[in-house]
This record gives sequence, structure tokens and C-alpha cells, in this order.
Amino acid sequence: MLASLEDAKVLAGGQSLVPLLNFRLARPAHLVDINRIPNLNRIYEQDGGVVVQALARQAEVEDSNLVGQRCPLLGLAVRLVAHRVIRNRGTVCGSLAHADPASELPATLLVLNGHVVARSTRGTRIIPAADFFTSVFETTLAPDELVVEAWFPASTGKYAIAEESRRHGDFALAGGVRYGDRLALFGVAPTPVLADPKNPTSGLHPSGDLEATPEFRLHLVQVVTDRLFPA
Amino acid sequence: MKVNGIVHPAPADPRRLLSDHLRHDVGLTGTHVGCEHGVCGCCTVLFDGAPVRSCLMLAVQAEGHEVTTIEGLAAPGAPLHPVQQAFHECHGLQCGFCTPGFVMSVVGLLGQHPNPTPEQVDEGISGNLCRCTGYASIRRAVVRAAELSPSPRRGEGRGEGRAEEGPHK
Repeated sequence: MLASLEDAKVLAGGQSLVPLLNFRLARPAHLVDINRIPNLNRIYEQDGGVVVQALARQAEVEDSNLVGQRCPLLGLAVRLVAHRVIRNRGTVCGSLAHADPASELPATLLVLNGHVVARSTRGTRIIPAADFFTSVFETTLAPDELVVEAWFPASTGKYAIAEESRRHGDFALAGGVRYGDRLALFGVAPTPVLADPKNPTSGLHPSGDLEATPEFRLHLVQVVTDRLFPA
Repeated sequence: MKVNGIVHPAPADPRRLLSDHLRHDVGLTGTHVGCEHGVCGCCTVLFDGAPVRSCLMLAVQAEGHEVTTIEGLAAPGAPLHPVQQAFHECHGLQCGFCTPGFVMSVVGLLGQHPNPTPEQVDEGISGNLCRCTGYASIRRAVVRAAELSPSPRRGEGRGEGRAEEGPHK
């Protein structure tokens, strides 16, 4: 169906897309609601990590024992996404495909070296996180492709996530997620970015807005990095 | 879709939000609309038992599902739902605009944590905005609602072993 429609958007949880529709910031010609597709809401183990399918709600991931055992970092990250009532409806794969630069989940997938599985009538392909996010709300998904699942590798080493936002549940002004020696930052570039924990602000040019100036965001990057990598 | 146990037809317009459908087509105006982008929490309803934002769903998506609004918690003339009773007792409202959303969120919170810790209370109501009360009375109402709720204590959270039947005044 996606292949046959011009200017179609996939509707899963809708917790990012529907606000954009309400404000007329997005005006797609078609919505393809995937909520009635059966057997697309599982959370299961694969290669030691966890696969989250397209219709698994963020609240289900939050409550999942498997996620808690295999990828507790994902469990921590998903708790920082908005509020429980939003997570009851929102999906992990939807957050990845939406690719908000301030979102926790893309950075978590990136720091873990996870991937998404995209399917279309042409076939299935695996897209590593490092090749998936291209710009603000932009990914390498083709218009006819659907993210059917995402694979989060096991987080067995040292892991942590930290962010600064104005209010609990708001988008982060700046945040970072650590796995072992790896650091991914979010909210400070058009996509989540890997950074050197010893020099996290190197090469960053965050934008400024009413909530935070670029300088303040750079300051916060250092603050969250210090918190994630205590001396 | 079923709204408060009664079957209603879906709206003809697939663009209709669930919140607008409930208010304008079904006539249940207890579900309030504040921000229309999921921030204020006023439009929270139960969707198959779990609280969701009705302004972030299309009404046609509720086809085949059960929606519970504030009107569905207690029948007219019947005793209030424990969460409503607690908001009443603790004066957890002033102007009342946010109240239906708070009540539905707290119903969901107590389903998840029957005996919530103070942190769970704060997190559970953090997705709802109230511009009158300053939240103190709402937090008290959540604790009181947990006391009034008939659900079994599972040793979770504070668990001070209150008597099941005990609205002690």
C-alpha cells in the first residue's frame, strides 16, 4: 500500500505524527495505519539482544522482563520518553523512524550499534543505526519501506543515560547515552552523534532556540558527559 | 467502537480526532481538550483500559476497541469511583478543567502501581498540567485514591498494610 500511494505516512502510535497533523505542520496526502496488522507487536530475544517490533508500545518495552535482562539500557531510555500515558500508545520503532534529533531512542540504538529492519514489497533490508539517521526527521528509509522491527544488542557493559530538559518528560535540551566507552549525544545535532567522551563537544554546532542557546547546549553536553563518565 | 459500554458508530470523517468525536458526535463533553498536542493531559481517556491521549488518536482507530471516558467511571446517582471520591475529599481541583484527565491518568497509575510511592505518584501525574492547585492536593488525592481502591495490595511501594475496608476519616 505504501508503494502505491504518493505522499503517504505510516501511522503507528501517532504520538509524534498526530500533533504535527493537528498543527498542520505535516500534511501528508495519505495515512497508512498499521495498528491492525497482526503479529507485529512482539518483543523477543535475538543474538543475545532484544528485537522490538513495530507495534510494541513503549510502555510494553518499559515493563518487559526480557528488556530488563538483556538490554536494561533500552529500559532506562524508554522511561525518559514523554510520560507513561504517551508511552501507552507510542512505539519504539515509530520513534526511530520519526528520527527526532532530541529523542532518546535513536541515540540508544546508535550507541549500541543496533539496527532496524525495513520491509517493502521489494524485499527486506537491515539498516545499521549508523546508516539510518540522516538529518532532522530524516532517515534512509525509502517511501515504500516500513520499519518492521529494531534490534537492540545486549547492554551488558557499563551503561547509562543522562539528559537535561526543562520539565520531566519534555524533549531534552541535550542528552547523552553511554555504553562501555562509547558515547552518543542527542539534541545537539541534526541526528544522534557519536562523540569522544574525553572531548564531547568537539565538532558540535548545536542550534539555539527559545529553550537554550548553542553555548548552553554545549555546556550541557559537558555536564551530561561528566555525569555519564564519572572520574 | 464501545464508549462506556455502549456501541457507537465511527465518524464518517476519518480525519476526526477521538477527542472531537467523543465531544461533538457522542456528546460526552467530560473529556476536555486543552492543547491538542498531547502535552496538557486534559483529554486522557482509557483505551482498552489503559490511559491514552484522545487528541492524539483518530476516532476511526478506536473501531473495535473500548473507550472509557470520565462519564463511564460511575453511573449517575451511583457512588463515585474511588479516584473521583479521593479528588473530592482532598479538594484535588479548583477550576476543574484538568480534572477529568487527571482522574483518568490516576486510574491508569493505580492500575500499574496499586500502592504508589511518592515518586511514582509524581511521575504518574507528571503528564497532566494543572494551573490552579499547585499539585499538592492532587498528590494527596492520589494517595487517598489508593487507600479507597479495592485492589489488593501486592507489597509494592509503601504498603503500610491499610485495612481494605477502611476509609478512616
